[in-house]
Amino acid sequence: MSGVPTDPGIDGGSAAARLRALIATVRALTGDDAYERYLSRHRAQHPELPALSPSDFYASEIERRYSGVVRCC
Amino acid sequence: MRKRTLTWPWIAVALLGAVSLAQVALLRGETVNAAWLLGAAVCIYLLAYRFYSAWIAARVLCVDATRATPAERLDNGRDFVPTHRWVVFGHHFAAIAGPGPLIGPTLAAQFGYLPGTLWILVGGVLGGAVQDMVTLFLSTRRDGRSLGQMARDELGDVGGAAASIGTVLIMLILIAVLGLVVVNAMKHSPWATSTVAATIPIALLIGLYLRYLRPGRVLEGTAIGLVLLGLAVFGGGWVATHPGLAAFFDRDALPLAVAVIVYGFAAAVLPVWLLLAPRDYLSTFVKLGTVLLLACCIAVLRPEIQMPAVTRFVDGSGPIFGGTLFPFVFITIACGAISGFHSLIASGTTPKLISSEADIRLVGYGSMLLESLVAILALIAATVLDPGVYFAINSPAGVVGTDLAQAVQTITGWGFPVNAAQLQGLAEQMGESTLLSRTGGAPSLAVGMASLFSAAFGGGLLALWYHFAIMFEAVFILTTLDAGTRVGRFMLQDLLGNLVPALGRTSWYPSVLLCSALVVSGWGYFLYVGVIDPNGGVNILWPLFGISNQMLASIALAVGTGALVRAGKARLAWVTGLPLAWLAVITTWAAAEKLLSEDPRVGFLAAARDLGDRLASGSLSPEKAAVAPQLIFNQQLDAVLTVLFVGLLWTVIVAMLLAMRRHLSGRDGRASREAPYVRSRLSGVGVGR
Repeated sequence: MSGVPTDPGIDGGSAAARLRALIATVRALTGDDAYERYLSRHRAQHPELPALSPSDFYASEIERRYSGVVRCC
Repeated sequence: MRKRTLTWPWIAVALLGAVSLAQVALLRGETVNAAWLLGAAVCIYLLAYRFYSAWIAARVLCVDATRATPAERLDNGRDFVPTHRWVVFGHHFAAIAGPGPLIGPTLAAQFGYLPGTLWILVGGVLGGAVQDMVTLFLSTRRDGRSLGQMARDELGDVGGAAASIGTVLIMLILIAVLGLVVVNAMKHSPWATSTVAATIPIALLIGLYLRYLRPGRVLEGTAIGLVLLGLAVFGGGWVATHPGLAAFFDRDALPLAVAVIVYGFAAAVLPVWLLLAPRDYLSTFVKLGTVLLLACCIAVLRPEIQMPAVTRFVDGSGPIFGGTLFPFVFITIACGAISGFHSLIASGTTPKLISSEADIRLVGYGSMLLESLVAILALIAATVLDPGVYFAINSPAGVVGTDLAQAVQTITGWGFPVNAAQLQGLAEQMGESTLLSRTGGAPSLAVGMASLFSAAFGGGLLALWYHFAIMFEAVFILTTLDAGTRVGRFMLQDLLGNLVPALGRTSWYPSVLLCSALVVSGWGYFLYVGVIDPNGGVNILWPLFGISNQMLASIALAVGTGALVRAGKARLAWVTGLPLAWLAVITTWAAAEKLLSEDPRVGFLAAARDLGDRLASGSLSPEKAAVAPQLIFNQQLDAVLTVLFVGLLWTVIVAMLLAMRRHLSGRDGRASREAPYVRSRLSGVGVGR
């Protein structure tokens, strides 16, 4: 889980690799990858505990994300 | 790893910028092309980013890419997550860029295109972007502490309390004025009203989709939502031609305001995933897409600016809002030049995502420059309109009257020729019954955008583009409105929790209902008064919002200046100290005029007196006399708020000066809240960035 997420692919690599990196960046921007990240982290750190379902995770994640100032004037 | 900086491209950028700016500022007697404005802006942003922000990062803040950020040290996979710099940039920009930079420049265009442009450029580069970057840096160094907490740390308890109170107040005023803008855009427009109304079930649908059908598939859900929003714009056109439905959606401002208030309450108490979050996703995509489209259209079409560089209204007699160029252009354009609100984001979610201190420059300084560019685009969209049309749309009925023939005569008399047939024809093209006195900035921006979009796509479909633009503005204004109501509720619960502990439990439903109702009635009151005010209300609320936003910016800059001095960098503290001094001057000056001016169009108290006199002498029409007591009370309340804002501003400045003196005389007993140095272990950090 350590390490900066993948570079969006502007630094080189094959066209397919760049496209994959771009998709990964877009999914990171929208939060599409949040559950996958949660799951891999959860399995690494608390393998003995059951993980939240995608639906429950989504609801709790949204609740957390919108608890502070998220939008400006 | 680092490439040697090439000098000649930067010399070229500087030359192009200088030529563009000379065209914008010095050309007289003929129209200026918007391309020069855009060119000047982009060159100035590039130069400022390359040189000024790099210098601040290296010499003033001394960012250290080897230092582990809170995202790395406190990584919990939820709010603290080391994130790629472009992803953080995207999140941060989406969070800071709201409707403010679209509305302020549109209103300030009454002074001509030049004052607004210069303030957006200079204020953005030397003020706003610096504030955002310094605040982000300080919060990143302090484990993501909030502005209020940092104000307490750096300026003492009084400074912290002033920041908290200021934040709640600015939130209420902001939501009220944004609500008013939406209401004015929907007033007697069945197409706009039905389209905006349709965005609510669309958001609910996407909310259910993302929760139960395909949990967390935001891209999919948003794509479906965008298609539905497009259909809603089309459908609105059909509604407008359907006699029964058109009558149903053809509403006065007051019922629409009530609907917005009810909506705001519902959005604050319903689960976030059901309404608020999906609406936010949609609005973010629509916002980014539309702003990009606008930039492309302006770059391709290169329209001529029709508005003069400077209009006669710099003398304070402007129809859209009263007040002279100085200081009111600096108050009217807050977002886009310098916006205190950004400091809440820069000390909120963003510092917890920064994976390297080296990213602070891009995220903090860079995204503010992009928002500043959005403000320039809005200014262009307002000033490519025929000035007569611009004034007809934006002047309140209280100034030009409700009769079209009489209104065009008044506006032509100001030196901005326009005729009734032209205005009526334009309204018909846009699919509206009238465009006269559609105050608030949204309709005139939509007319400007529709003209540009339509021209770029081969002409035609003006009505569709107009209502698309209205939908675009309404969608993210409503997002700011419901997200703001929710945050206001949390702040209030936090505050009341000190008195009654049960009320502080954020998930206790009675407390949720009570605090949401209190917040909604707070901004609902200002919205209601704005709606019943024959002068449109925007002319009162927008300056008040500007003053409060600049006050918050002053708090952020005072925290930054104080922190720089306490870090032993007093010699460089002018970087935040100068913008702070400027804001202190213009905010205090504007507030003094709003309080003391004898002109009822400028001074709150003069307006209250004037209305009181006319009420007593019986010269008001019965319907105006009926609302006069409320308007008088409101003007007095606005005066009290203005005093409060200036009081908070100077409280913070004095607290900062005292803290500085304590430090410089060696009596500073407080330790810095900066987290101790830990070496970063993230791969790729510190090299080649």
